[in-house]
Amino acid sequence: MDCYTANWNPLGDSAFYRKYELYSMDWDLKEELRDCLVAAAPYGGPIALLRNPWQKEKAASVRPVLDIYSASGMPLASLLWKSGPVVSLGWSAEEELLCVQEDGAVLVYGLHGDFRRHFSMGNEVLQNRVLDARIFHTEFGSGVAILTGAHRFTLSANVGDLKLRRMPEVPGLQSAPSCWTTLCQDRVAHILLAVGPDLYLLDHAACSAVTPPGLAPGVSSFLQMAVSFTYRHLALFTDTGYIWMGTASLKEKLCEFNCNIRAPPKQMVWCSRPRSKERAVVVAWERRLMVVGDAPESIQYKQLTIQVLLDRLVLRRLYPLAIQICEYLRLPEVQGVSRILAHWACYKVQQKDVSDEDVARAINQKLGDTPGVSYSDIAARAYGCGRTELAIKLLEYEPRSGEQVPLLLKMKRSKLALSKAIESGDTDLVFTVLLHLKNELNRGDFFMTLRNQPMALSLYRQFCKHQELETLKDLYNQDDNHQELGSFHIRASYAAEERIEGRVAALQTAADAFYKAKNEFAAKATEDQMRLLRLQRRLEDELGGRFLDLSLHNTVTTLILGGHNKRAEQLARDFRIPDKRLWWLKLTALADLEDWEELEKFSKSKKSPIGYLPFVEICMKQHNKYEAKKYASRVGPEQKVKALLLVGEVAQAADVAIEHRNEAELSLVLSHCTGATDGATADKIQRARAQAQKK
Amino acid sequence: MAFPHRPDAPELPDFSMLKRLARDQLIYLLEQQHEVDKLYKVENKPALSSNEQLCFLVRPRIKNMRYIANLVNADKLAGRTRKYKVIFSPQKFYACEMVLEEEGIYGDVSCDEWAFSLLPLDVDLLSMELPEFFRDYFLEGDQRWINTVAQALHLLSTLYGPFPNSYGIGRCAKMSYELWRKLEEEEDGETKGRRPEIGHTFLLDRDTDFVTALCSQVVYEGLVDDTFRIKCGSVDFGPEVTSSDKSLKVLLNAEDKVFSEIRNEHFSNVFGFLSQKARNLQAQYDRRRGMDIKQMKNFVSQELKGLKQEHRLLSLHIGACESIMKKKTKQDFQELIKTEHALLEGFSIRESTSYIEEHIDRQVSPIESLRLMCLLSITENGLIPKDYRSLKTQYLQSYGPEHLLTFSNLRRAGLLTEQAPGDTLTAVESKVSKLVTDKAAGKITDAFSSLAKRSNFRAISKKLNLIPRVDGEYDLKVPRDMAYVFSGAYVPLSCRIIEQVLERRSWQGLDEVVRLLNCSEFAFTDMTKEDKASSESLRLILVVFLGGCTFSEISALRFLGREKGYRFIFLTTAVTNSARLMEAMSEVKA
Repeated sequence: MDCYTANWNPLGDSAFYRKYELYSMDWDLKEELRDCLVAAAPYGGPIALLRNPWQKEKAASVRPVLDIYSASGMPLASLLWKSGPVVSLGWSAEEELLCVQEDGAVLVYGLHGDFRRHFSMGNEVLQNRVLDARIFHTEFGSGVAILTGAHRFTLSANVGDLKLRRMPEVPGLQSAPSCWTTLCQDRVAHILLAVGPDLYLLDHAACSAVTPPGLAPGVSSFLQMAVSFTYRHLALFTDTGYIWMGTASLKEKLCEFNCNIRAPPKQMVWCSRPRSKERAVVVAWERRLMVVGDAPESIQYKQLTIQVLLDRLVLRRLYPLAIQICEYLRLPEVQGVSRILAHWACYKVQQKDVSDEDVARAINQKLGDTPGVSYSDIAARAYGCGRTELAIKLLEYEPRSGEQVPLLLKMKRSKLALSKAIESGDTDLVFTVLLHLKNELNRGDFFMTLRNQPMALSLYRQFCKHQELETLKDLYNQDDNHQELGSFHIRASYAAEERIEGRVAALQTAADAFYKAKNEFAAKATEDQMRLLRLQRRLEDELGGRFLDLSLHNTVTTLILGGHNKRAEQLARDFRIPDKRLWWLKLTALADLEDWEELEKFSKSKKSPIGYLPFVEICMKQHNKYEAKKYASRVGPEQKVKALLLVGEVAQAADVAIEHRNEAELSLVLSHCTGATDGATADKIQRARAQAQKK
Repeated sequence: MAFPHRPDAPELPDFSMLKRLARDQLIYLLEQQHEVDKLYKVENKPALSSNEQLCFLVRPRIKNMRYIANLVNADKLAGRTRKYKVIFSPQKFYACEMVLEEEGIYGDVSCDEWAFSLLPLDVDLLSMELPEFFRDYFLEGDQRWINTVAQALHLLSTLYGPFPNSYGIGRCAKMSYELWRKLEEEEDGETKGRRPEIGHTFLLDRDTDFVTALCSQVVYEGLVDDTFRIKCGSVDFGPEVTSSDKSLKVLLNAEDKVFSEIRNEHFSNVFGFLSQKARNLQAQYDRRRGMDIKQMKNFVSQELKGLKQEHRLLSLHIGACESIMKKKTKQDFQELIKTEHALLEGFSIRESTSYIEEHIDRQVSPIESLRLMCLLSITENGLIPKDYRSLKTQYLQSYGPEHLLTFSNLRRAGLLTEQAPGDTLTAVESKVSKLVTDKAAGKITDAFSSLAKRSNFRAISKKLNLIPRVDGEYDLKVPRDMAYVFSGAYVPLSCRIIEQVLERRSWQGLDEVVRLLNCSEFAFTDMTKEDKASSESLRLILVVFLGGCTFSEISALRFLGREKGYRFIFLTTAVTNSARLMEAMSEVKA
């Protein structure tokens, strides 16, 4: 009969522990673990090993190998390390391996040893080198903290959104701290370090000394410190052989334990079993392992969400399994299957031994038009692997033409990008591409491209009209668009030029352009305007007053109003003002002057080409019935009734209307029979109407 | 008077939601600023505010960006630091940001968008208030607003369900529709499964019917717009209307009970109606006599306020009528209308031409003269070369040489063109089609637009029977067709097209008309399954006017709705009229 408790060992008074093998590691290590930099990712993630030849006195001539294994020791990747000496390794929350080099460069690798990117921890490091580094995890992502040769700390709380923070100096720090760690409190990353018997907390603004409550006296140095995964708890190992355990805020002590070993431990970490309320610190020396527990206290574990789990499967390229899980959990397509297929496609494009056609076809066959799959993202990945042609092929499957544009621009297929942008109907996108093209092409080619895209051309013209007039002119020139060039210079003649010579010159250029455009009308009109402008200038010089920019009509009117009749006549002749206009013009001007004598003289100068009704109207407008009547008698028969009514001769108007036997005129007169004296007239009309009907 | 809706007419959707949405968004945007205390109009002069921050609410125009840049740079010169925020409505354009960058102030301002694209001016009228749409698209060929239109339509479909049946005519209509569809597809599922509230959409480009927009309006609301200019659904009545020394801003919509009864009426009926109304009102006031104290108390507390309100409105509209009559008789309105009718019907062209010439010679009004010239050109398929030259010469002499550019604009938009001498219609057409296929031709758009936009008005008018044959007098009190909005002389082309398509539920049988409109490639029908649409919703029709619609068109379609039991909802880029169209095409010295 087995004894169930036989393999359990007591831990303190109330707790027990046991040791058993979960699984054995599959790996076949060629190196001693102690000679390697080792990094194990959280949540049972991968393990990275890098044999560390730089630790030895003389650098090894062979290049070290970076090996990546799964948590169970299955080899995932193995690559020769060709870059500089590495100080520290660590995994980000996205399971990216961060390798911090001595020169401050951080190289980022994927799970399968694929190089992703690199960044630097700042220029200062270049001189001072990195002494030590930590990769840590916060709610914002994964961070990197380094200690430089100048004993200064620099950290970035999230390598996904790199913002370097150089921490303040620690007063009196002459050598490296005996131990240090990163803490995360109140959403801010801190550094806790030990210098001799003192502990300091560094944040981005200040360095403050801190003391753990209830620490046994006599400590002259801290040999090791460990912070729990959730940053709630802290353990300190002192040179007196004490282990102090408390909250990371250093406000509370949980317990203290004297292990009676004064040698510095190799490693100290917090550990606990899932859902257990007990926590313990494990301390390791060369040949000894010690577990120190404390009183129960509730802890909550953050569990991996299903999304993160799927991400992990995808990272391990276990696509079918991931899809099966999605289907089993009935996840919406966009969150589930589509996303995994998209990842698969991104992996697929990296298979360099397969031809572009085959990859594109395979991807399209599997993905079809699954909702939530972005072909442009996959294409971007293909381009990232140097497969431009494949990227273009994949983009063709992208239904939203707008989405294709940014990548096409990146791949320098700007003209194709322009067509796609136009197709999308998004003018902003078109404009973006235009600016790209403008910088990329020489002016001639740029204009040429515009010529073939009327929509883009209109858009660019609109912009130029307001912001780049010279470019607008060049555009028209390039197109031999003389008509628009003419218009351009006309506008310049009053909008851009101020001096009269400049204005006339602009008009001359315009006229030339119009001739080239075979628009004789506009050319002639422009030449007339040049003449008029010069003349107006002369009039201003000789007569005073304002003439510039008046229309021809108003120029003549102004002359008449100023009493310069001779000049007015001359101008009318020079510019061949038609008779009718001249008569209207003079009539209006003279009436405005109330120069009735001159008006009468004018009316008799020859037979009026506009008749005499306008004379009657204009006199009445000036309330001069006396003058109006003079002209009413001269109005021709067709408008006689109207004229008589205007001057108030209702009875006479009735007579004329009756004589004309014109029904329309009769009713017009009748509608004017409103006065008390018009009764007889109205009767007369009614009688005439009755008679007309009898016949 | 004032025909009621048919009892089976569908209810209109509640558009006040659009206003609430826009308001909430603006409040949110402004609250991010601290204490917006005063609003200034953006004009080209320095802002007087001494505030530490300035917030600009602007249309995305380059001109406005320059204004802001000048202001910020002036502050910089004066060593002054303020916060600046620009809120673009309805959207931000990249070109605007470019200008801010070029002017060196991109880093100094923060930008936001206020997606306010649909202003409900009335229960059945939504305006995008984008008067610039007309010039930007139809003259400059700038398509930036098409996206805005598609977004607005998309907003409508998210709020009021999918639109099962769509029709359209015009290049812009087609592009807007396609972009709208794309948006719907991208956000699939949102409107899926919802019952459509509005059964039909009809999109129409303004350039398929310039004639209607160019006519003088004689329906009351249109006439008020032509005379006083209605802005954003309200009008400023000057002292001559209010018969006091003050101007008064009056909202004109269905809330105004007096106005809602006369807005769609031919002007000749309005005065009689108003005086009858005044007599009735007097009678109601007179009831006071012989009331005892209790009755009087009731009267004062319950009826008097309403009566007073009605009284106020009544006297305003009577004032407006008087003012209109004064103006319209002074300029010989009858003569003008007669000329317009002659142009529409195509007789006495010589007389009409002389009339227009006299109009120009007398400098009656630059905009009016231009309008008549355009009307002559479109109805006659372009002016004969002699008239084209002489009218333009006369115009330049009267109104100034800068209008050479105006004429260039009008030609490009197809509003004022010259008949090609000796070219028969087919010859021109073959030339056009050749140009179309010759894609290498760079000037294709310019050349194409002026040639292709032969209006063919006379032929279309005949096909669609736009000039009603009338025996005897057309009874404007009891109209029998949409022609009443133009005194019985002309059925608005745009409205007739809509009527015909709705009747057929397609363009079938209208091929010839579509060809004459130069829209063979741009007339479309898109019918989806109607099983979810109620019969009520199928009588609710959204008409989208791209480039603006006139109040006459609105009145005509309201009339059609009453006749057929439909209700129309109007969505326009802006309410327009002939003067606004002409001003949009005119070049004026700054």
